Amino acid sequence: MEISELWPVVRLTLELAIVTTILLLVIGTPIAWWLARSRWRWREAVAAVVALPLVLPPTVLGFYLLIALGPDGPGGWIAGLFGGRTLAFTFQGLVIGSVFYSIPFVVQPLRNAFESFGDRPLEVAATLRASPWDAFWSVAVPLARPGYVTGAVLGFAHTVGEFGLVLMIGGSIPGETRVLSIAIFEMVETLRWAEAHLLAGGMLVFSFLVVSTMMIVEKRMGRASQ
Amino acid sequence: MTSSDTSRNSQPVLRDFCLSVAFLLAITGRPIDSAAGELKAAVAANFSGVANNLGVAFNSATGHRVRFSFGSTGQLYAQIVQGAPFDVFLSADQARAQAAVDEGWAISGSQFTYATGRIVLYSRIPGLRLDAESLRTAPLQQIAIANPITAPYGAAAVQVMRALGVLERFEDKLVRGVNITQTYQFVATGNAEIGFVALSQVSRESSGSRWIVPHKFHRAIAQDAVLLVGGSSNAAARAFLAFLRGSEAQELVEQHGYGTKG
Repeated sequence: MEISELWPVVRLTLELAIVTTILLLVIGTPIAWWLARSRWRWREAVAAVVALPLVLPPTVLGFYLLIALGPDGPGGWIAGLFGGRTLAFTFQGLVIGSVFYSIPFVVQPLRNAFESFGDRPLEVAATLRASPWDAFWSVAVPLARPGYVTGAVLGFAHTVGEFGLVLMIGGSIPGETRVLSIAIFEMVETLRWAEAHLLAGGMLVFSFLVVSTMMIVEKRMGRASQ
Repeated sequence: MTSSDTSRNSQPVLRDFCLSVAFLLAITGRPIDSAAGELKAAVAANFSGVANNLGVAFNSATGHRVRFSFGSTGQLYAQIVQGAPFDVFLSADQARAQAAVDEGWAISGSQFTYATGRIVLYSRIPGLRLDAESLRTAPLQQIAIANPITAPYGAAAVQVMRALGVLERFEDKLVRGVNITQTYQFVATGNAEIGFVALSQVSRESSGSRWIVPHKFHRAIAQDAVLLVGGSSNAAARAFLAFLRGSEAQELVEQHGYGTKG
């Protein structure tokens, strides 16, 4: 791989992380909202299921996904609608895998944010004749902004950093499934260390920026909300 | 609390810690038996099916134990160059085994061909027509190969496709496995429609469709073993290589779909 071939890898990784993050926020919001508001006795069991990817080895997720995405699972059925035979080895397959893999990193901060302001603001909104839908969008979401920032940053960063799952369901197709972590792995395996250093160093800087940005943002928002 | 208090308190803690570590080391350490030795073998993934049987046969013949680490040849070579504690290296090609000797990681003169591999175009779908013609014309979605840079079987697959003039056709349909084991797994789960795998992986599988690629389309995959520097003083390592050359092992290797020299 030449240096000029590094950019498509970086671009693909960013595309995957952006698409995944948007989907995670869309899917994660109702889940987090429900977890924060529900009084159902099995609520924590649902929360545990959502948190499972935190402790499961990526190989477990990768194994199940490989079967689920393939011709024996629902993924193969969906792919069949578009004339394919599997969702593995596709960008869409990686997005599905990444959503499962990173969902706790988005749901947890959102849930914390929704729980932090309690029932009071929503009750006030209700007395002002706001519908629950209206109250959610004009009161709850703005109040939960720190949670959205944290969730988005963590979901994005975690997707950029995923490796084992992509290794198992990706198939390393350039421009489609060969993301940064896979490219680094292949370079190290083939002793091409100059390129590996370049990408790995870039990741190091990126990760540092992500973590420090998040700390600063959280501090600012924490201060602003007090 | 004064500093002298702290130091007095920390003494028993430190002693307990050292005792615990010593205890852990004692219970986790393996007893070293001088008569029955042990070796660590870095083995190319295509050979994994045979290797485990071979390990059992080796153990009952000599009493020595062998522990296998499987991976693509390129991956294992990279690990050896990094000083991985392997005693022997069973490469899936001659080039890496030779390179290990040339670079001073393996003992010169220890190199020999333990198996000659064949590649197969395989699909789990029964009754599929697989041959040179179907590769040129049939509508195919994915074709799995092992990463040609690190896996000799992947390199052989590329040679075949080049010889048939279909490499451009499959350029964006190639799904790359980290090694030939993952490549086979892609095909076995049905995620990839077809794939180039090692004959040894499907020699005991009767279902599915296959085309054993004729020799004229790729160079023979001669697989060489070498004694690594780290294993040069390990009697079990030398015994393993001698066993691998022997008729019992070579028979086993042939049963798994490999060619042998003898």
